[in-house]
Amino acid sequence: MPETLRLALAIAGKDIRAELRSRTALVSAVVFAALVLVVFNFARDPTALSAVDLAPSVLWVTFALAAMVALNRAFTVEREHGALDGLLLAPLPRSALFAGKLLANLAFVGTVEAVTLPLFILFFNVDLRAALPGIIGVTALATVGFVSVGTIFSAMAVRTRFAELMLPVLLLPFMVPPLIGAVQVTARLLAGRPLSEMLGWLRLLALYDVVFVTLCTMVFPAVVDE
Amino acid sequence: MTSSDAASRIIARGLRTSVTALVGLAGVYVLAIRFTPIEARQGVAQKIFYLHVPSAWCALLAFSLVGIASALYLWLQDPRLDRFAAASAEVGVAFAAVMLTTGPIWAKPIWGTWWTWDARLTLTLFLFFLFVGYLALRASLHDPAERARLSAVVGILGMLLVPFIHLSVYLFRTLHPQPIVLKPSAPSLPPEMLRTLLVSTAVFTLLYVGLVTMRYGLAVAEEAREEAGDAA
Repeated sequence: MPETLRLALAIAGKDIRAELRSRTALVSAVVFAALVLVVFNFARDPTALSAVDLAPSVLWVTFALAAMVALNRAFTVEREHGALDGLLLAPLPRSALFAGKLLANLAFVGTVEAVTLPLFILFFNVDLRAALPGIIGVTALATVGFVSVGTIFSAMAVRTRFAELMLPVLLLPFMVPPLIGAVQVTARLLAGRPLSEMLGWLRLLALYDVVFVTLCTMVFPAVVDE
Repeated sequence: MTSSDAASRIIARGLRTSVTALVGLAGVYVLAIRFTPIEARQGVAQKIFYLHVPSAWCALLAFSLVGIASALYLWLQDPRLDRFAAASAEVGVAFAAVMLTTGPIWAKPIWGTWWTWDARLTLTLFLFFLFVGYLALRASLHDPAERARLSAVVGILGMLLVPFIHLSVYLFRTLHPQPIVLKPSAPSLPPEMLRTLLVSTAVFTLLYVGLVTMRYGLAVAEEAREEAGDAA
């Protein structure tokens, strides 16, 4: 198992290095997230709705849209110059390849979320200090699950025409349970509710992560192997 | 030419079953309108129940079978399973569309709103979207083996998604009528209404079988033509 992990980290490291050298996708995704936040600001009437009531949904819709843009990139880079064929010919188990891509995507989506959160606080003037550790925790918990499914669908979508359209159509239904859970937990965190009121949702998020990370690792070979 | 002959036979059999089911459907209308009592509180609006519930049943049956056929396909690699999954998904989307249109028509006079974000409505709406996505994926892939593999993966993931959507939306209070037939205690429907519902469900299931058979035969014919095209 440490061998699989070492290989997965090598794959993830390759993706992260390639992204850090060009930075095009990362910068575009961050700018996209900032633009979504700006648009949201114009979509609300500040006299009718306080920012803190709207905060959980604005935050999570932005995360979801930005993650979608970020995930589109995962396998489009591999399609060029037959890079995916090279990876598939390399002597490494498919589970390591999937884990590597998943880790790289998590790093990528996590970075976009880490930049979006301060921008959100800035634009919406919401005081998140007390709830911040909880929000970071629930973001991590929700992100693992949908990025795992997103990694599979991203590998699938690059094989289709209209890849940029196919990914959201396939992925959005799968984002529903983590998004509902994350919005509910975030709202309770901002309202300063006790942990016991969030426990059911946290269990659902954890269960989703376990089920879909396992299942995606199992079906990944069927997606990439000819 | 043998495979295209086989396709014609399958389509003809599907057509006969579908026509029988459609004649039966006309019978269901007569039975529901003429021979079934009007519900005391909901009035005539309740009649839509005899179309709504059977189409919901067929949509859920169709989608469950897509999930099972997908899992079996990845295991056995039998192209027949893939053709069946594709046929069932298409017919399932059609039944889901009937369910999602008859529901609001009933809900407006009874609940006072076309749509509500109730657990079961949300679940079926997302099931509908999920399978529209499944069909969109199929349509955008050309290689039959690749199309079969990738859509089987979506079918399996979709099957596992259903309990999660159900759990997450169930935590909101549900407004949908509670189960009245398939529940632990005896069905709480008057016998005449239950009879009409069961007849209608049987007719809809027959229609599902007929349409899937036709769609399956069409897939066989398409493949035969593609092969003929490749050979030429």
